Amino acid sequence: MAKVTMTVNGRAMSAEAEGRTLLSDFLRQGLGLTGTHVGCDTSQCGACTVHVDGLAVKSCSVLAMDVAGANVTTIEGMANADGSLSTLQQAFQDHHGLQCGFCTPGMVMSAAALLADTPKPTEAEVRHHLEGNICRCTGYHNIVKAVLAASGQDVGKVGIAAE
Amino acid sequence: MPKDGGIGASTKRREDVRFLTGNGRYTDDINLRGQLHAHFLRSEVAHGRIRGLDTAAAAAMPGVVRIFTGADFAAIGGLPCGWQVTDRFGQPMQEPKHPVLADGKVRHVGDPIAVVVAETLEQARDAAEAIVVDIEELPAVIDMKAALAPDAPKVHEDLTSNLCYDWGFVEENREAVAEAFRKADHVVSLDLVNNRLVANPMEPRVAVGDYDPWNDMSTLYTTSQNPHVIRLLMGAFVLGIPEHRLRVVAPDVGGGFGSKIFHYAEEAFCTFAARALKRPVKWTSTRSEAFITDAHGRDHVTRIELALDKDHNFTALRTETLANMGAYLSTFSSSVPTWLHGTLMAGNYSTPLIYVNVKAVFTNTVPVDAYRGAGRPEATFQLERLIDKAARQLGVDPIELRRKNFIQPDQFPYQTPVAVVYDTGNYQATMDKLLQVADYSGLEARVAEAKKRGKLRGFGIIHYIEACGIAPSNLVGQLGARAGLYESATVRVNATGSISVFTGSHSHGQGHETTFAQVVAEMIGIDAGQVEIVHGDTQNTPMGMGTYGSRSLAVGGSALVKATNKIINKAKKIAAHLLEASEDDIELKDGKFSVAGTDKSVDWAGVTLAAYVPHNYPLESMEPGLEETAFYDPSNFTYPSGAYGCEVEVDPDTGKVEVVSFAAADDFGNIVNPMIVEGQVHGGLAQGIGQALLENCVYDENGQLLSGSFMDYAMPRADDVPFYRVDHSCNTPCTHNPLGVKGCGEAGAIGSPPAVVNAVIDALHRGGYTHVSHIDMPVSPARVWAAMHTK
Repeated sequence: MAKVTMTVNGRAMSAEAEGRTLLSDFLRQGLGLTGTHVGCDTSQCGACTVHVDGLAVKSCSVLAMDVAGANVTTIEGMANADGSLSTLQQAFQDHHGLQCGFCTPGMVMSAAALLADTPKPTEAEVRHHLEGNICRCTGYHNIVKAVLAASGQDVGKVGIAAE
Repeated sequence: MPKDGGIGASTKRREDVRFLTGNGRYTDDINLRGQLHAHFLRSEVAHGRIRGLDTAAAAAMPGVVRIFTGADFAAIGGLPCGWQVTDRFGQPMQEPKHPVLADGKVRHVGDPIAVVVAETLEQARDAAEAIVVDIEELPAVIDMKAALAPDAPKVHEDLTSNLCYDWGFVEENREAVAEAFRKADHVVSLDLVNNRLVANPMEPRVAVGDYDPWNDMSTLYTTSQNPHVIRLLMGAFVLGIPEHRLRVVAPDVGGGFGSKIFHYAEEAFCTFAARALKRPVKWTSTRSEAFITDAHGRDHVTRIELALDKDHNFTALRTETLANMGAYLSTFSSSVPTWLHGTLMAGNYSTPLIYVNVKAVFTNTVPVDAYRGAGRPEATFQLERLIDKAARQLGVDPIELRRKNFIQPDQFPYQTPVAVVYDTGNYQATMDKLLQVADYSGLEARVAEAKKRGKLRGFGIIHYIEACGIAPSNLVGQLGARAGLYESATVRVNATGSISVFTGSHSHGQGHETTFAQVVAEMIGIDAGQVEIVHGDTQNTPMGMGTYGSRSLAVGGSALVKATNKIINKAKKIAAHLLEASEDDIELKDGKFSVAGTDKSVDWAGVTLAAYVPHNYPLESMEPGLEETAFYDPSNFTYPSGAYGCEVEVDPDTGKVEVVSFAAADDFGNIVNPMIVEGQVHGGLAQGIGQALLENCVYDENGQLLSGSFMDYAMPRADDVPFYRVDHSCNTPCTHNPLGVKGCGEAGAIGSPPAVVNAVIDALHRGGYTHVSHIDMPVSPARVWAAMHTK
């Protein structure tokens, strides 16, 4: 066991970790930041996605010790400074982009990374980007819609029958 | 326009804020002081006898507190099955014991053998590797037909065979159906498989057991759809703890889809171990563990036959199904292929004679139980594939064949030949709507355009029915259910007018905290923000049977309406006293009680304050306070229905199928929150498209699970599905519950698999591959390509 320190959501935070401790477990058990979820053990589901030095990573595939000193952002750090929902978070609520909420932190973190790189993605780009995040509830319809809406695009006609 | 926050409004979900900010509280987020961690050592073979189990070395390892084995549970009951099915000879089903930990034999890969409880999870895992298990491997039975062979190895030696039951329904019709087939002008038959699935809610299961010697109270935190059911089953049948000494809490739960209805060994274990060790004990499933312990779904093998007269009227239907039970009977397993399946075989059609035969089979696989739809998707898949095949065989339009045989709008209420009575529906209307939503008139142009790109485009159509709002208790009791299926609600009005609702329903994604509040707010005429919905804790909610089968609004919402009406009735009496008027003259509108025809009124908060500060109150005739509980037991199921249309493109070079559009026209009766209803349909459609194209739970002949992770089990992802076009404007409200609601949770998963497969067959026929009459799910590129090129 060794003390590991990193900057999480803008604050320096430390906890004990073993060499085998995954970043996801470090965040959840070590730091008590339970917003990051673990939905699988093969790095497929993406529920544990966080940002490490600005890049979206699956925190179950990173050792905590390997990212000591890094700048980590989790879902707990995504709201606006006044506590209100960010544009992306608000779009998820407005467009019903979540049901049980378990995949949601990973979806938001992954989508935020997409929008940082591609401010106006196409539907196909959103779907392709979210391919590493599994949702079992929403059928993805409203997640894709929320991400498009968060990018400022008109989603009023999505899902409406052809004339 | 519905009032914002009232019935019919797409009110945004209040749950979302906590989920979007990382403030949800799921079971794995709960860590108790002094908590120990449990790691289960599980069988690596499908069938074997435990000759020896040496835990000495493991017990001496760092941090290990205790190792439990089957011997610790010798005096403890097995996990109970909640439904006793009677076979067609009048005999009860064969019901093996389902021990918490293996009692000398293991019967599937994943069957728990021992549990290490240690200070940390890592220590528990490390120690489990030091346990020496000596297992004599026995021949495993995996295939259902092989399991029924006379000389097949038996999964349970104390049973006479691997046949759980041989069920016939309606048994009295068996000969009449056979006679109808002999007289038929046309007979169409189809052999098909309803592929085995894994529910895979994104949150794996978790159990945290706690024991408080201060009041001799056991508490279980668990990922459950129905905490009261778990308390009853575990307390009364497994551990022998009376309800008042046992609390079950299901906090935020990350999806269920059926797989979190059932009482699992890990729940009983953690509760038992916490009591034994006087410390909290936590178990969190890995995804790999989930694949070999969560109950699986579907896994039916069926032959279905349809008899038609010369005018193409359906005259009889007959099915023979083998249904996999797995190694043990999970909580509702026995009811799924029988009462939740056979009773829906009429579909939307007026077929006069139906006979359903189901043989349920034990195999050395994970137990199989309800998964989104539970029996109804299996019924719909058979029927809607068969009707499509019949239309092709007879050379008639599949839409017209369906329309001709629909139960017509003027025939409701309609008594089917398979026991149930449909109260309302209008299948012609939903079919019309679907054709519009799907832009059916433009289909030929799209097919031609796709052809230019080298793609085979096709359209598949289905019409489904399901039975929701389970269930009338006296009816299901006659059919073998060992539980009542009512629901409950307590409405507690607080002194200043806010309301706390305690419901026996449970929300694990459905948004009850929002929709239930909409119902109460609408009825009283107050802001929905004044209403809080509490669920998930047996300590403060009335006894309820939980959430599955779209019963929450139809049954739980009805209890809520009843309790709220009691509140309104009492509040009117209080208002009458305050206004010195007759109770009959009191009107409630927009949260204000008025005396009819006058300007005298008192607002909601004035009445609630009087109830709790009864200074001016008729204490001689009425109790103070404003709190009411109601139980609601439905008089019938509800019958949502709808038409679905799927359009696919098949790549003839590879056999790959792409769902290019999907349209749905559902009749859910009245709707409280359209946004949430549409979300439920979207999710169901993706699960059904997943079943049709991607998902498959596969065992090898030795009982090893080949699809044991998300790397091998293909979950639908964002780029596997299109935007869906959903419509719910064709409403025939339910006639027997106060909200007129039918339920929408399973519809998408029920209707979409046959729609996808019908579309693939249509695409192949349009492309000239007219010899292909069926492809089993998942309709993978390999299967499509093989079907195209195998005559």
